[in-house]
Amino acid sequence: MTEFLQLLFQGVSLGATYALVALGFAVVYRSSGVINFAQGAMLLLGAYAVSWLAVDVGLAFGLAVLAATVLLALAGAAMHGLVLRRVAGRPTFVLVMITIGIGIAVTHGVEAAFGPDRRLLGDPWGSAAFQLGGVTINTVKVWGIAVTALALGAYFAFDRYTRWGLAMQATAADEEATLSVGVPVRRVHACTWALAGALATLGGLFLAGFPGAPQPALGDAALRAFPAIVLGGLGSPVGAVVGGVLIGVVEVLTSGYAPASLGTNFYAVAPYIAMIAILLVRPYGLFGVRPVERM
Amino acid sequence: MTLLEVRDLALRFGAITAFEDVSFDVARGELFAVIGPNGAGKSSLFNALSRVYEPDQGDVRLDGRDFLTLRPDQLAGAGVARSFQNLGVFPHLTVLENVLVGRHHLMHGGIVRCGLGLTGAEERRHRTAALDALKFVGLAGHAGTEVQLLPYGHRKRVELARCLAMEPTLMLLDEPVAGMNAGERAEITAVVSRLRGERHVTVVLVEHDMGMVMQVADRILVLDFGVPIAIGTPEQIQGDERVIRAYLGEPAEEVVAA
Repeated sequence: MTEFLQLLFQGVSLGATYALVALGFAVVYRSSGVINFAQGAMLLLGAYAVSWLAVDVGLAFGLAVLAATVLLALAGAAMHGLVLRRVAGRPTFVLVMITIGIGIAVTHGVEAAFGPDRRLLGDPWGSAAFQLGGVTINTVKVWGIAVTALALGAYFAFDRYTRWGLAMQATAADEEATLSVGVPVRRVHACTWALAGALATLGGLFLAGFPGAPQPALGDAALRAFPAIVLGGLGSPVGAVVGGVLIGVVEVLTSGYAPASLGTNFYAVAPYIAMIAILLVRPYGLFGVRPVERM
Repeated sequence: MTLLEVRDLALRFGAITAFEDVSFDVARGELFAVIGPNGAGKSSLFNALSRVYEPDQGDVRLDGRDFLTLRPDQLAGAGVARSFQNLGVFPHLTVLENVLVGRHHLMHGGIVRCGLGLTGAEERRHRTAALDALKFVGLAGHAGTEVQLLPYGHRKRVELARCLAMEPTLMLLDEPVAGMNAGERAEITAVVSRLRGERHVTVVLVEHDMGMVMQVADRILVLDFGVPIAIGTPEQIQGDERVIRAYLGEPAEEVVAA
């Protein structure tokens, strides 16, 4: 039982981070129909930005996180303003290819600038942990879950209580009609990309927390969160969160319980198996409202 | 009193002239229609007025203000609402949400005030206005329905309700009854004529359907091959030689004689 609870805690903690990553995918997809394959690079950049600001620049950690979030939001908006806006009106596929290109460039740029080794994150928690009913609870994971909950709450409040939530959904459905009712569509797009950047910083930060570290392979986590958005239903923020937590729990439970005969890395495959199983039953995902975009 | 002034407007695509020498005034509260055979330049003119196309020459003023310096998304704030020929509704949103988004430019609460929950009164006000617009088009009972579940005629009414909820001074309607059956056409025609009669909205209408135009319009501009050939009341237009020729062609005898 203790082992199960231990794994469940780790699963929820990992899942919370996946939820942040998946939400980053979902906000962009929902307003522009683009699957942003640069999300992984943004995670990486976010984690390195925190690490650089906290360790090299020497800012207080909270301040470093805040500054990195703002930086990445600006980077997201810049990516839209400098690149994606110029190809507006082209088939979605072109935009998707561009995000893949940007992802590769950023990932290698970060590696070139900071080297291939693991870095210090500069967080005050390190490997600190406490015991709760026999379960080891890492401080960094508690923070991860709490910050995720806060960020998700803020996002959903933004979506529900400000006029931009509705404007974003309208933008996704029909840009010209949205312009005609007075919504500055460009600003809506810039805003979603900024949001994706900010969410990526928080996701990257907790992915790089103990026992991880800022390292070039960090961006791969975006691909591991990918089943989460497909499973939750592309473009459904609620689905992204539920899917993210589910995938995290599945991954960790499999790593704990899968028999050795399945191989040591079976846990990495399990989320995809869960995804396929769920898609067989619900082809549009758990909360999806329209067909999954095929690529 | 003049609301919209169009002077010497022209639009060209390379060597092709979509329309030229188009000048007309629309008075406040008037229902002004633009008609013409296929390819006459009606839709191009509409798109120039709705800021989709940049006209090559000419001047458009709304209430004395230069209209051509506005960005498409600034039109709503300037009091212009438009509908689309092939519908500009948002299929996955509910009827009420579709209408609410039309009030985007009228909403003021930013992140801070919304976050502090200080926008309850504003939200109620917008909701009331949206429901009122839905009542006007007869869809109040469908407020919670997703638009994609509604038939075509109803969707058009959703779009008109959204235009109305924008509190416009000028409404641009692009072929509102295109592709409709007789019943739907009668419903939409009634809504359009009530827009002017009850809400005193100034309407510029581009339309193919003669029956509808003759029924609702105060004045009509007829385009043929991109050139205005007549402007006047429905009676004047119906009796105009050049209009009859543009629509029906030359009498057969004359062709033989020539």
